[in-house]
Amino acid sequence: MWKWLHPYAKTERAYQLCLTLQPWFWVGALVCLSIGTVWGLAFAPQDYQQGDSFRIIYIHVPSAILSMGTYVAMAIAALVGMVWQWRTAYMSMIAMAPIGAVMTFIALFTGAAWGKPMWGAWWVWDARLTSELILLFLYVGVIALYGAFEDKQQAGKAAGVMALVGVVNIPIIHYSVEWWNTLHQGATISKFDNPSIAPEMLWPLLINLLGFAFFIGAVTTVRLRNEIVLRELHRPWVQALAISQLASKQQVNHSVKGGN
Amino acid sequence: MQFESLADFINMGGYAFYVWLSFGVTFAAMAIIAIQSFIKHRNLLRQVVVEQERKARIKQARQQQQDSM
Repeated sequence: MWKWLHPYAKTERAYQLCLTLQPWFWVGALVCLSIGTVWGLAFAPQDYQQGDSFRIIYIHVPSAILSMGTYVAMAIAALVGMVWQWRTAYMSMIAMAPIGAVMTFIALFTGAAWGKPMWGAWWVWDARLTSELILLFLYVGVIALYGAFEDKQQAGKAAGVMALVGVVNIPIIHYSVEWWNTLHQGATISKFDNPSIAPEMLWPLLINLLGFAFFIGAVTTVRLRNEIVLRELHRPWVQALAISQLASKQQVNHSVKGGN
Repeated sequence: MQFESLADFINMGGYAFYVWLSFGVTFAAMAIIAIQSFIKHRNLLRQVVVEQERKARIKQARQQQQDSM
């Protein structure tokens, strides 16, 4: 059933897949983020309580949802790496960690900038905010742990264990607004049957959510390719690739140096 | 359009600072990670080529040494 997946364990094949997907991801991100952001900022109606400050939702909610989504994806990659001993799985795990950390940072930052005018405080030690901050530390921990090992297969294993253990934080973040008394409002769009948001407000939000997802995919493909090149420096196909990609640049250099 | 004028739009109903700060920092952070990833990619490929050229030079030098002996 999963046999079709196996060739992608090979780094060369994974690299090619990234190259194929990448332009679609970038175009999708650009289109969705432009439409969603302009729609959300200029055309969505004002909130009856929060006025125009609610427009921060159009980046806050997508980045918050996807900071968790990226974490789950990263943990799945870690699990695959451990179970099937795929090097490419660990590589994708570490390719996703920085963009996940950026998403978490964006969620925290926009949350603070939204909290200040609405709650009167940039930060409160509330369950939702604290658990999201822990998510940021988990991402940073995975990156740091991976960087601490010389042997990258060992590094992948160690960071993978950490990523997997950290998954317990994901349901905590999601249910924090129900389990504890909190300043943070409850779920808005994950109650699919009856979302507590007007459709005119919801559409740009969903489009931006898709745009952020495309963006994460795009950055992941670039970073996974970086990781593959870094690990396969001495393989012939990487060397051929480097020469062909830098060929035009090399020519310029040589002519400057006088045909050296 | 929810706003009467451009000035009205920029003012964001009095929340201009918070709204534009959020959007500004968000897109700046996204741009930084994207650009950093591409720069790293270029540097890695360059590193591969430089290493290869170095190996070729070493090989050539050895060859010359052997020839002169």
